[in-house]
Amino acid sequence: MAELTLATLAAQAFTGLVLGMILVLLAIGLSLIFGLMTVVNFAHGSLYMLGAYLGFFLIGYTKSFWLALVVAPLLVGALGFGIERFLVRPLYGRSIDDPLLLTFGLSLVMVETVRLIWGKIGLTLDPPRELAGAVNLGFTYFPLYRLFVIGVTVVVLVALFVFLEKTNVGLIIRAGSRDPLMVKALGFDLGRVWLLVFGIGTALAGLAGILAGPMRGVYAEMGVTIIIESFVVVVVGGMGSLVGAIVAGIAIGEVVSLTTLFAPKFAEIMVFIVMALVLLVRPSGLFGESGLME
Amino acid sequence: MNRRAFLATTAAGAAVAAFPAILKAQGGDTIKVGFPGPTTGPFGALAKDQQQGASVAMEEINAKGGILGRRLEILFRDDQLKPAVGAQRTKELIENERCEFIVGGLAAHVQMAINEQTKKAGKLFISVSQSDEITARPDWGPLTFHEALNPTITSRAVGNWLAQNLGKKWWILYADYAWGKQNNAVLTEVLKRQGGVLLGSTPYPLGNPEFSAHLPKILAAKPEVLVTMTPGADNIAFLKQAISFGMKKEMKIAQPLHWLPQLKEGGPDLYADIYAGINFSWQLEDAIPEAKNYVALYRKKHNEPPGDYSAYAYSAIHEVARGITLAKVVNSDAVASALIANPVYNHYKGKQWWRACDHKAFQDLWIVKGRERSKMKGEWDFVDIVQKVAASEELDRSCKEKGFV
Repeated sequence: MAELTLATLAAQAFTGLVLGMILVLLAIGLSLIFGLMTVVNFAHGSLYMLGAYLGFFLIGYTKSFWLALVVAPLLVGALGFGIERFLVRPLYGRSIDDPLLLTFGLSLVMVETVRLIWGKIGLTLDPPRELAGAVNLGFTYFPLYRLFVIGVTVVVLVALFVFLEKTNVGLIIRAGSRDPLMVKALGFDLGRVWLLVFGIGTALAGLAGILAGPMRGVYAEMGVTIIIESFVVVVVGGMGSLVGAIVAGIAIGEVVSLTTLFAPKFAEIMVFIVMALVLLVRPSGLFGESGLME
Repeated sequence: MNRRAFLATTAAGAAVAAFPAILKAQGGDTIKVGFPGPTTGPFGALAKDQQQGASVAMEEINAKGGILGRRLEILFRDDQLKPAVGAQRTKELIENERCEFIVGGLAAHVQMAINEQTKKAGKLFISVSQSDEITARPDWGPLTFHEALNPTITSRAVGNWLAQNLGKKWWILYADYAWGKQNNAVLTEVLKRQGGVLLGSTPYPLGNPEFSAHLPKILAAKPEVLVTMTPGADNIAFLKQAISFGMKKEMKIAQPLHWLPQLKEGGPDLYADIYAGINFSWQLEDAIPEAKNYVALYRKKHNEPPGDYSAYAYSAIHEVARGITLAKVVNSDAVASALIANPVYNHYKGKQWWRACDHKAFQDLWIVKGRERSKMKGEWDFVDIVQKVAASEELDRSCKEKGFV
């Protein structure tokens, strides 16, 4: 065992932050969609995977990582529009299980489709030249690309916050998740809001995918494990709570990272232990309101 | 119906009725070898490479007139990397297709399942991928042969070389399952015997794409060599992250094996300067005449150079043929006895031999190092051959250690 120093701890905390950022992006999308539509979107992991594959395709096609970083999430968001409008919408008003089963099936279809198109062997995605290499943070070397991932996530979160809190559309979304009937009675077209929110949520999954690609590789099953961790984050943070998703995402990232430092064998299981403990103390999660799931 | 029409009809009918018999007679003339392997699934590329190596051997043998005047036929089956499916396919190959010999298997647990079936049916099985157990009691059987290297031999050879040449302060990172743990145990023992220091040894869950949480403490510990067991897709994810953390500059990185399909997938930017062991690399064609022959045949048929695992399959098919020729009869027991009575062979990379007690094949292996992109000659030139490790029974566990008295 290496000597435990403040520098090691700081480096470990930093890697945990990056793990957390990807989880936050996924969990926010899940939470937005659940908060407004009470749809548990199981296809989220596959949309994350699709973001990475579309990113790979676009980089090959346009030779520009930056363009792909913008366009791939938009394409995934557009697909999200289609999923909401034509597949999920007919199921509103039915049991919460119906859209869950639908999106679960959809995720299997997407994985198989990607295998058909791009093959079973994974692909490698490189970070852009400008972001290759590591920087010296004083206490450790840290990959520039990972710092970039932190930066992008913060920018997206701030933008999302401004959108939800300071714009009229954001106001309608927030109102819609509190009391959809009242919002409808006031004459707003909730159908368009649903479409928009589903699109934003899925686009965030796509963004997480293309951001994760250069770090972890691109393969058809990449969404399978991360979707479970993302649901844990949503549950720990509180179903439907955006602040909860952010806090819990970072917390889970740090839990994984720090457990890896001290007891690597337990890093995986620790995530679920934390979830169990949080649920014991706060059954609705850290920032959740009770009653949403009933 | 006139006489002519009657004759024509009955003649056609007789021909149809006789046709299966004709087919059967032809089938009886060929010598059938069953070959299960995981052509679908995460090891698909390696399994395909193995099949291609086996096909090259089959065509080479048949072009020279077959064995005892009969053609050799290989029946490939997909075992889906699942022990139950491997067992089922093997049973079908033996019972329905009447295969007298089985060659194949990729991944230790599927080999075991195949081996159980061949043991039960009394058929010869030559395993062509890594496993320590397959040549040890209780899994081994009198008709079980093992052509591939195993974790003990590979990690002892690679570990010794690393300690003697790159440094004796190590960190080991390994996937937390059988293959990873076995290699970790062997490497730890090797380092101890070499008088080295193990700064740390960390397991991670197999199939995990994220290694960053492991890296800062390894960087802080400053090992001279980082040895990793990160199979399959993990290998590429790990190297990507290790490189992005600047680790290639801070320490030497090594792993027990390089696989050609994986080198192709990851490319030289990932694999440059990564050390590993390998049972065969096509560049050996410059130094070894048998290698030159094999690589040329393989290139001609498949338009690309052979990978390391294809060579195991190529050699194993040739051993079946050699055994039958020696025994002069298509029978598993006779072939097994003939091979053990004449244990020395050489099909693709120099002298190999079967050890009598456990039917383990002993063979040379090589230490290789990933090449930089700028130094590659052609798209498949991924490694520099650094050193040959000569075949030696000392590198494996002894007959006694494996449970043979």
